[in-house]
Formats: sequence, structure tokens, C-alpha cells
Amino acid sequence: MADITADPARTRARAWNSDEARARTRKRYAAERRFRMYGIAALCFATAFLVILFTTIIGTGWTAFLQSKFLLNVTFAEDVIAPDGKRDEQTLRLANWDKIARTALYQVIGANEADRKERKDANELLSRGIDVQLRDMVLASPDLIGQTKPVWLLAQGNVDALLKGAIDRDIPEDRRQLNNRQLAWVDAAVDKGILAKKFNTGLFTFGASSQPETAGLLVAIVGSFFMMLTVALLAVPIGVAAAIYLEEFAPKNRWTDLIEVNINNLAAVPSIVFGLLGLAVFISFMGLPRSASLVGGLVLTLMTLPTVIIASRAALTAVPPSIREGALGVGASKMQAVFHHVLPLALPGIMTGTILGLVQALGETAPLLMIGLVAFVVDVPSTPLEPATALPVQIYMWASSAERGFVERTAGATIVLLGFLFIMNALAVFLRRRFERRW
Amino acid sequence: MSTGLLTLFCAAAFVLVWWLARSRARSIEQANRGQRLHSRPVYHGVYVALLTVIPALLVVVAWAIAEPFYLSKIMSAALPPDVAARPAGEQSLVLLVINSLADGWSRLTAADIAQVREAGPDVQRMLAAKDIFLPSAPEGWMVDIARDVSQAKSVSRLLATGVTVLAAVGGFFYGWRKVATGLRARNLVERMMLLGLMSASAVAIFTTIGIVFSVLFESIHFFSMVPVTDFLFGTVWDPRFSAAGSDSSGQFGVLPLLWGTLYISFFALLVAVPVGLMSAIYMSEYANERVRTVAKPMLEILAGIPTIVYGLFALIAFGPFLRDFGGSLGLDISANSVLTAGIVMGVMIIPFISSLSDDIISAVPQSLRDGSYGLGATQSETIKQVVLPAALPGIVGAVLLAASRAIGETMIVVMAAGIAANLTANPFEQVTTMTVKIVSQLTGDLEFNSPQTLVAFALGLTLFVITLGLNVFALHIVRTYREQYD
Repeated sequence: MADITADPARTRARAWNSDEARARTRKRYAAERRFRMYGIAALCFATAFLVILFTTIIGTGWTAFLQSKFLLNVTFAEDVIAPDGKRDEQTLRLANWDKIARTALYQVIGANEADRKERKDANELLSRGIDVQLRDMVLASPDLIGQTKPVWLLAQGNVDALLKGAIDRDIPEDRRQLNNRQLAWVDAAVDKGILAKKFNTGLFTFGASSQPETAGLLVAIVGSFFMMLTVALLAVPIGVAAAIYLEEFAPKNRWTDLIEVNINNLAAVPSIVFGLLGLAVFISFMGLPRSASLVGGLVLTLMTLPTVIIASRAALTAVPPSIREGALGVGASKMQAVFHHVLPLALPGIMTGTILGLVQALGETAPLLMIGLVAFVVDVPSTPLEPATALPVQIYMWASSAERGFVERTAGATIVLLGFLFIMNALAVFLRRRFERRW
Repeated sequence: MSTGLLTLFCAAAFVLVWWLARSRARSIEQANRGQRLHSRPVYHGVYVALLTVIPALLVVVAWAIAEPFYLSKIMSAALPPDVAARPAGEQSLVLLVINSLADGWSRLTAADIAQVREAGPDVQRMLAAKDIFLPSAPEGWMVDIARDVSQAKSVSRLLATGVTVLAAVGGFFYGWRKVATGLRARNLVERMMLLGLMSASAVAIFTTIGIVFSVLFESIHFFSMVPVTDFLFGTVWDPRFSAAGSDSSGQFGVLPLLWGTLYISFFALLVAVPVGLMSAIYMSEYANERVRTVAKPMLEILAGIPTIVYGLFALIAFGPFLRDFGGSLGLDISANSVLTAGIVMGVMIIPFISSLSDDIISAVPQSLRDGSYGLGATQSETIKQVVLPAALPGIVGAVLLAASRAIGETMIVVMAAGIAANLTANPFEQVTTMTVKIVSQLTGDLEFNSPQTLVAFALGLTLFVITLGLNVFALHIVRTYREQYD
């Protein structure tokens, strides 16, 4: 045949064991390996980013859990605190708390009290928040008056930064935040063991403050808690009810199609648009107070509702039809079959989905900025109607402050937020592992 | 009455009535021995309890909606003609004073009121001590109106309480009398439950309507001050100096913001599409079970990290790193450059692309792959020439969904992108986005009638329309694709 004999070169090239064919195969296998490497590289890129992100945040933020404090022998002198002998709250609130703390400080570091300049330098070592700390101690137990007691008092933010290595000792004195005398005092105090980094309880017990050392997360945590409560109380019942209706009862018609399209689209609407909705409807139209965690909770409810509905529907679909048919077969009504049999079996899945919805709500920031939760709130709110802020919003606010102490606290707050999210996710995974049933 | 107390009271009433009616149903059953109830006593209890509480609640809600309208009608009717002729902005201030006075009326003594009428210098402070905070000192005629309003209010409250109690009692007796062996209580209760379930599913519709109307309404308000064409086609964004309104043309141009949004999203997709798609391919085609159990949760963590954390990372680490890195190469990269925001945002949307593409690639029938292998193709050739073309529409849908995420993303750009609205193609410079401007126009003190505030709603409308369009289109593609292989 002509074909076979016509072109011996091509025939050779087509033979499986020809050099050309081997080269081609090698090339194809190399391409195969390269392609596989791209996939691994993509996964490695994502992993590397994740690792870098976490190490950066934790590396910057872990120091926020420590705070420098002075151990001072504070004498609660009666002639300073309550010179006229009265011990009512008014007197105690107005007492010169700074003075008793400073007296104790001058003694330990050996500052000359008569020298005004030296006194000022020494005063700058203590935080401005110590008066509140001492006052609250005495208000809690008035017996302290007249006694001398060792107390750990907050050091000023710059001292804290120095101890954490954030202030360079080598830069000239006139540009350094602490002068040479203060530096010497601090070093001496550290050597004596009366200035040390302690666990920072203030991070969890203080509200907003303009000084980094007295700024804490309590208002944000309480605000976030109220919001989560609102979301759990509203989004869960409404979402589950909607899912039950759509999955079990809804006839297939235009109306249910409309609802389904709606839910899918709502899940993809940018969160900031929900903030605009909250501002226009809840605050401007309904007149609810700005900065209240209730409004934040309502906005987050609307935002998480699609997540809860979609997750609950998936959980309901996973319950096999035989359960429903069995219940109907022994004479249960449709409603009874759903509420007595299907819903309890779907509950673990619904719970998991709900927690994931709450996780999404807890980390959400943008809509909360719209409704005034960017607020400087010092007092802890006791109801959802009082001004509050939220954990991610607090991170946003601290991130815009330039001081070193706030940078560290921003990352520290992020660790706290990630910690809460981790716990909630772990709970969801646990629920899924523990109660999930496969049919 | 506070909402909490009302809820508690309703719950208590519900339980009480439920218990009463259930006992009644039981005693009826026992009295007519041999004739069983149609429904179990529990359903009778729930039926009567619902009949008691629901009408009362409806009355409360209706009243709460209607009362403010009624009061404001009284108020505007009583305004002196010269005040009524003033523009809405000034009028709202007057109405606010009257409202606050009326709210605190019960706390004022006759002497206080006389003092307010005389309008002494300390009136505002005196009122503030009684928890009445006024923006300006009230005038005599305002006091009269406030008195009328507060009287109307107390009458209305009294009436509301009466009608509510009447509705509850009426509902209770209606239900109570209907409890009988033949009452199909279960069917009635189930019908009410179904109604409840239905209204819960309608919340999604109301949310959408709420979004559309609130954003649209305020946008129309905005466009009455600034022409639509200036907004859509203006190339200058500078909202600060146009308060007078006379030379405001071009100051609210959305184009620089739209450009910034799209440019950052473009870089985000440039990162996310290759990485997300390759991870999805690797996970669905190559990876063994062990790699999957590590890689999948890892991508889920990436998706679960709040965007504020990404923003913070870009702000404190990635932006400065890129700036220094560019500096060492002799490039002038701003810390808030397009690149910073784009890359970090790209990482954020990797999981969206990878998880959706993973599903889509897994949905391609095995028979297509087997056919390709049978012809001697390698695995990567099969993927590139058979699987991906088959999955293409779905992947395009996934990319569009990710793009809509990127366009609507707020916190990363608020923290990592710039605030200057530049129309620049240089990725090392700053641009800003629509979401950044929505945030910056709406935080701080708000004055609701100024174009500076209202422009945020116009931007929100633009954002909503763009993302909605992308979503609908993407969901449509994904859905048609899914049906193709079912």
C-alpha cells in the first residue's frame, strides 16, 4: 500500500518507540508535572498567606495581653483622701488619688519632690487612669483608708512601650518619648522588680479611652454580645420558620420562586447596603437610637437571615422522605410530621448553620459603621438600647490611632475576635461530628 | 409600657389561657363520656390562647404605627401660619422641640410650665434636669401645642389600652365558647401556624423591598439636588465645597470611584482566579484524601476570617511591606496602593472561586474524562481540553460571583486603599472605591438633608444595581449549567 511505504520518516516518527515519540511523551509528561505543580503552588500560596497573616497578627498582638505595672506601697492617707473625715461617695470621687500614688512613686524611685521638673518627669511614668483604679478599690472597701498596701498600678503607655522594646533607646533625648532621667528610673525600677509586665486584665475590663494603657474591649464585647443575642433571638426562629415553609409546605409557584430568588440574591448583596437600609429604616424612619446595639443586631439579623435559611433548608432536605411518610402513615398531620419528626432530626444541621451565621455576623463591620456604632463609649451598656460598639468596629477604631500602644492593642483585639470565632467554629464542628446522621 | 414587659405579659397571658382552655377541653371530654374530642386538649388550649393574644398584638402594632401620624397631624394643624410656611428643615427643628416637651410633659409641674412660658434664660437647663433635652428654648405657642399633643397622646394611650384589652377579652370569649367536642382545633391551629411560617418566609421579600425603597428614595432625594448626569458622568469627586449648590456641577462625579472599584477588583481577580481555579482543579482531580482533609478546611478558614482582619493585615503589614519592597526596586509604591488592596482582596475571594469551581468540576460526568483517557490523553490534557471547557460556564459564573464580592467589599478597602479619588491607571498609586466613600460620607455627624450625606445612598444604589446584575447573571449561568448534566 502506498501509505505505508510512502514516507518512511513519518512512519518512524509515529512508531511508539521512535525517538521523536519518546521526546513527545517526555514533553507531555513534563507538562503534566508542571500542571500538577501549579495546583500545589496555588494551595501553597494560600497556605503561606494564611500563615503569614496569623503570625503577623499574633506577633504584633500578643504583647497587648501584657501590660507594664508598678508595684507601689500605696498609703491610703486619710488626710489626702478624706480630709474632713467624711467618707461619702461624693468625697471619695473627688479625692486627690493621683497624689497618694505619686507620693508612693517618688519614694521608690527616689525622685526629689521639691523639684518641679523632676516631679513632672516622675508623674509622667504613671498612667492617667490610676485615679480610677485607686478610687474603685477604696469604693469597694472603704476600710483601706488609713492603711498601706502594695498595689500594682498601671504604668504610662510610653513606659510600657519601652519595656516591650518599642522605643529605641539610641535616638537622641529630645526626640525620644522618655528623657534620660525617666529612662534611668525605669531601668532601676525594673531591676528592683517593682516595674514588671503583668497579665493585662484591663484589656477585658476597660471601655474606650484615649490613652492606650486604659483602653479596653469590655464595651465592645458587651455590645457584640447584645448583637449576637438579637441575631440569635430573631434570625433563628424566622430563618428556621422560613426554611420549613419553603422546604415542606410551599407549593411550586411564582410566589415561592420569587422568594427563593430573593433569598439567593440577598445572600450576595454587599453588607454595606444592609447598613444603608438600617440607617434609612431603623434610625431615620423608625427613630431608634443611633449607636445602639439593638439596631446593629437588627441589621445583622437581616444580613444573616439568608445564611440561616439556606443552611436550615439543606438540613431539612437531608432528612429522608421515609421519615415523613412514616409519620403520615400512622396518621400524623403534615404539620405534626414536620414538627415532631423532621425538625428534631434536622436540628443538629440547623444549629451548625446557625452558628456559622452567627460567626458571619460577629465578624461583620461595614454595616455597623453606617449606624453609628463607631462611637467613643466609656460606660458599659446595660441594655441593648444604650450606646455601644462591637468588637470588629473597635478594631477599626483602634487601627486609625497612630500610637504604638494602639497598634499592639488593635492586633490584640483581633486575636480576641479570632478567638471567639474559633470557639464558635469549633462548636459548630463538634455539633456536626457529634450529631450528624448519614442516611 | 416597655417592650420587654409587654412581651412578658403576653407570654404569661398565653400560658394562662392555654392552661385554662386545655382544662376546659378535658372537662368537656370527661363530661360527655364516650364522645371523644376531635382534637387533643392541647390544641384547644393553643387555639384559644392564640385567639386571645394575636388580636391584642395586632391592635398594639397598628396603634404604634398609626399614633405618630395622628399626633404629627395635630401638631402641623396647630402650627402658626408663618411657621408652617417655613422650609421642612427648619420645621423639623420646631417639631422636635414640641415633641420633646410633649414627651416630658408629665414630669413638669404647673410652676415649671409657667417658667417655660416666660422663657427665662435657664429654661433649657431646668428642662434638661428633668430629662427634657431641647435644641433651642421653646416659645410660648410651642408650649400650647405641646400641651395639646401630650393630652392627645394620653387619650390615645388610654384608648389603645382599652381597645387592646377589649380585643384580648373578645378573642378569649369567642374561643372559649367554641371549645367543644366537635371543634377542629388542630386544623385551625395548624392553619395559623402555616400562616406564621409563610410570613416568616416573606421577611426576605420585605428586606429586599426595604433595601430598594430606602436606597431609591434617598437617591431620588439626592438627584433632586444634583443632576443624574453629573453624578453618572462626572469625572471629579469633591463633595466638600458644593454645599451652596450653585456651582455643584461635576463635584459628585462617580466615575473616579467606579474606576477605583473596578481597578482594585480587577487586581483581586488577577490573584484569585488563577490561585482559586488551580486549587480547585488540584483538589478535585489530583489530591488524595489526606491532602483534601487539610486543604479544604484551610480554604474554609480563609473564607471565615472577617474582612476587617484582612484589612488590618494590609494596613499594618502588607502595605508597608510592598512600599519597602518597591522602594528597594526603585519603584514608588504607595502603602495604600491599588496593588495592596487588590492582592489582599484577591486572597479573600480565593475560597469563593475555589469552592464553587470545585463543585462545578466535580459535577462534570466521569464518562467525559474516561473517553479522553481512552484516547490516550494525560490527566492534565484531559483537564485542559475536556473538563475545563465542559465546566467553563459554571466557572464563569463563579468568577462573576467573586467579582460581585470584590466590588461590594468594604473593610479591606476602607483600611488598605486610599481616600483620594484619582482617575489613574498606575497600580502603585492610590485610588478609592464607592464603598470607602459611602463609609466616609456617613460616619460622623450627619445632616440628613445635605447632598454630602445623601450621595452615599446614590452610591449604594449604584453598588446594589451592579452587584445585583452580576449576581442574577451569575446565578442564572450556574443554574443552567447544573441542569445541563443532571
